[in-house]
Amino acid sequence: MKNIIQNINKAFDHRIRLGIMSVLMVNESADFSTLKELLGVTDGNLASHAKALESEAYIVVEKQFIGRKPNTSYIATKEGKKAFQDHINALEKLISNT
Amino acid sequence: MEASKYLKDIQDIKEMMSKSTQFISLSGLSGVLAGIYALLGAVYVNFLINSHQYTYITLESKTFKLILLTAFIVLILSVGTAYLLTVKKAKKLGEHVWNPASKRVLINFAIPLITGGIFSILLIRQGHYGLIAPITLLFYGLACLNASKYTLRDVRYLGITQIILGLIAVEFSGYGLWFWVLGFGIAHILYGSIMYYKYDRK
Repeated sequence: MKNIIQNINKAFDHRIRLGIMSVLMVNESADFSTLKELLGVTDGNLASHAKALESEAYIVVEKQFIGRKPNTSYIATKEGKKAFQDHINALEKLISNT
Repeated sequence: MEASKYLKDIQDIKEMMSKSTQFISLSGLSGVLAGIYALLGAVYVNFLINSHQYTYITLESKTFKLILLTAFIVLILSVGTAYLLTVKKAKKLGEHVWNPASKRVLINFAIPLITGGIFSILLIRQGHYGLIAPITLLFYGLACLNASKYTLRDVRYLGITQIILGLIAVEFSGYGLWFWVLGFGIAHILYGSIMYYKYDRK
């Protein structure tokens, strides 16, 4: 049991961070407004949680201009995908053990 | 208590994964209406063919132009209805009509469909009229199948049905109109109703 708990990743222990990673697992990239709409969160909230994932190197941020509008999009890194997969596996094990 | 939190996490993950890749606001009712337009169009085309004085319908004849016009009107009406009803359903579900998922549906639907359209026009130019009905059904089926990855599952079965009908239609080249009735008419009404009862009626 102890081993499984170790695999539960604190970085994903929040609904918004969990949501961001879920979207980025199945999409090549997602831009800020798409994520905001999907998760139903405010700008500041999304930005701070994205920053947290970025500092863990689980996602990378790409800023570019589309015409004159700045556009921020997020991409999950290899490590991020691996960490998230481990997290899901740990969750599944925890549930099946109870 | 902990376990139920983890279960909720897994459910959230699943929901986010499908919500971000699938466009769920596709209206079932629009499928039913498209089927009805197709049936009405077919009735009119059948009338045109029966009232045609000559055995053969040539490309230059008025009858052929009217048939083409009918097909075009059915197409425009179907696409228009699908768009309006989908916008309405998206509003109800709080989903944006123009999101990455719907764009993926559209692009993946359009590529096989436009390929089929161009192919049909080339076939008409070469004089292979008998293959038009099967080809349009086949490519429409492939378009549905391709787009179904990004939308409601039922579109996949609609696509497979059209493909099977298209293949059978190759063997019955004189009965193209009836295969269109089955594919664009009956199949749309059938799958549209299934989708309507499964997702829309709430």
